[in-house]
Amino acid sequence: MRSLLSFLLIGVPVTLILTLVGLTHGMIEDFQERQRGTGADIVVRGTNAASAITFSGSTLPEGFTGFLGKQPHVEYAAGVFTHPIELPLTVTGIDLNQFAKMSGGFNYTEGGPFQGSRDMIIDRYYAAQRHVHAGESIQVMNQSWRISGVIDGGKLSHIFVPIRELQKLDSSTGKLSQVFLKLDDPKNTSTVIKDLKQKLGPDYPILSMEELTSMVNVNNIAGLKEFTWVVVGIGVVIGFAVVCLSMYMAVLQRTREIGILKSLGGSDQFILGIVLLESLLLGVGGTVLGILMSFGAKWLIRTFVPASIQMAIVAEWWPIALAITLASAALGALYPGLSAARHDPIDALAYE
Amino acid sequence: MNDDGIITVSDLHKVYRVGKIEVQALRGVDLNVDRGEFLSIVGPSGSGKSTLFHIIGGLTPPSAGRVSVDGHDLASMTGAERTRLRKKTVGFVFQRFNLLPNLTARDNIAVARHIAGMDNKPDPRFAEVLELLGIARRLDHKPNALSGGEQQRVAIARAVVNRPAILLADEPTGNLDSENSEAVLELLKDLNEEFGQTVLMITHNPDAAAYGHQVVHMRDGRIAEFT
Ligand SMILES: Nc1ncnc2c1ncn2[C@@H]1O[C@H](COP(=O)(O)OP(=O)(O)OP(=O)(O)O)[C@@H](O)[C@H]1O
Ligand SMILES: [Mg+2]
Repeated sequence: MRSLLSFLLIGVPVTLILTLVGLTHGMIEDFQERQRGTGADIVVRGTNAASAITFSGSTLPEGFTGFLGKQPHVEYAAGVFTHPIELPLTVTGIDLNQFAKMSGGFNYTEGGPFQGSRDMIIDRYYAAQRHVHAGESIQVMNQSWRISGVIDGGKLSHIFVPIRELQKLDSSTGKLSQVFLKLDDPKNTSTVIKDLKQKLGPDYPILSMEELTSMVNVNNIAGLKEFTWVVVGIGVVIGFAVVCLSMYMAVLQRTREIGILKSLGGSDQFILGIVLLESLLLGVGGTVLGILMSFGAKWLIRTFVPASIQMAIVAEWWPIALAITLASAALGALYPGLSAARHDPIDALAYE
Repeated sequence: MNDDGIITVSDLHKVYRVGKIEVQALRGVDLNVDRGEFLSIVGPSGSGKSTLFHIIGGLTPPSAGRVSVDGHDLASMTGAERTRLRKKTVGFVFQRFNLLPNLTARDNIAVARHIAGMDNKPDPRFAEVLELLGIARRLDHKPNALSGGEQQRVAIARAVVNRPAILLADEPTGNLDSENSEAVLELLKDLNEEFGQTVLMITHNPDAAAYGHQVVHMRDGRIAEFT
């Protein structure tokens, strides 16, 4: 009973750490995958595009699409307009034909392309999150939209609407957030970027897909590393406290047993070793339970917010979580272990 | 005084301090025990019988006087040296059996061998002791599935498995009915006769005391007489 409770209490911070790490990895991988899903080799962005995740502020004139499409080695150009809704979700306005050509076309699991200006195409994750199907209507941005189709995920956005409609709603007619370029051969990427930089000047960030996806990683999201360490620190403190309390209780409960071991010639180090061993076992059990619970967290996220949040199972962090827990368990064992080792054997044997 | 004895105690004093109060548990005990002896110790409650055992067995240091066990001088021993004494030289049996409740009878005995660092060495003594116990078929039970007499026999086996020079039994039959008492006393007698095990036994029961070659009477922290 005491052990199970300890496993649970140690497991919770382990889950917390693994979930945090899993979320950052999952979100980043998902973002990268969806960017690559456009099929583009180069992205040209508006000057006010503030961060890599939210492409608000659209200062690319619509005419750019045609201009960029005519450049050497450029096969297609597709302009999109994005409007952030509840973070990290964005609604993406597209010219369906243009975008489909570049990305290799949508794979509809339900319904099909836009038929009217108030139609919306969503991926199956957002469909699951909102519990909607093709043909039904949902509210997004305080507007009612008819779901014309549901697609597989991984194509830039979870939510698509006709670009004109989105520009109108955003009072940004004639503007684009970014233009995606697909080249005849990805090998020409750097040549084309160089050429475009010369032609467009420094006002428009031009990135290769590789640059764009590598911009978003664990190390350059502000504060993420620090936050991770704070959570790890909390885990250490909780693990320490739980093991310390739990083992102190165990030592009290087993005062007689400790006395018996001492009467048999068990040394102080022997007793300390037993307490330490049991603490480490608590740490191992707690870590295993924490890992199992992180799968539970992933399942919950999958089930309830599949589009907004992605969580990866990051197995490389399991040994780290184990090491963190074992270190705090060993620290936690110290006080109860020493107090057990110092028990007077006669008092301990007389203990009821 | 015979200094060749396995236990030599002279003018032993033990004072317990509980807060500001001093309790004179032993007030000058002289005792000499020869190798292979079976000694019974009797006396009223509080006369210092257990305290004497605790000192001889290295559970607590003496306050004054000389104590030597199997050639080791206890007065000058450190805690670690007393731990070693308990491990190698003495075996304890208590009134309350004191088996580890979560381990089987066999494992309770194995723990003692483990602590003494003997667990990997096959020892014919281990097999002999188990045979003497007469509960071979119940060895894989935990203590709470054993009768008091069986538990106490396991405790005795545990106490002697490492071949201690002396066995200290503090009221080993105190919690047992007469039938079980007899089994335990016979076991102690067998150990003494077959293996030459030196046995010191505290008891309140005159029938039990009669198993000893000699009976030591204690009163007020002193030895009053030998019979
Ligand atoms: N750990 C201790 N702290 C303080 N006083 C103690 C301690 N152990 C024993 N005493 C005291 O020392 C005296 C002798 O106790 P001891 O246990 O040796 O008697 P005993 O002869 O074994 O008695 P009993 O037959 O009741 O077991 C008693 O007055 C007891 O209260
Ligand atoms: Mg006593």
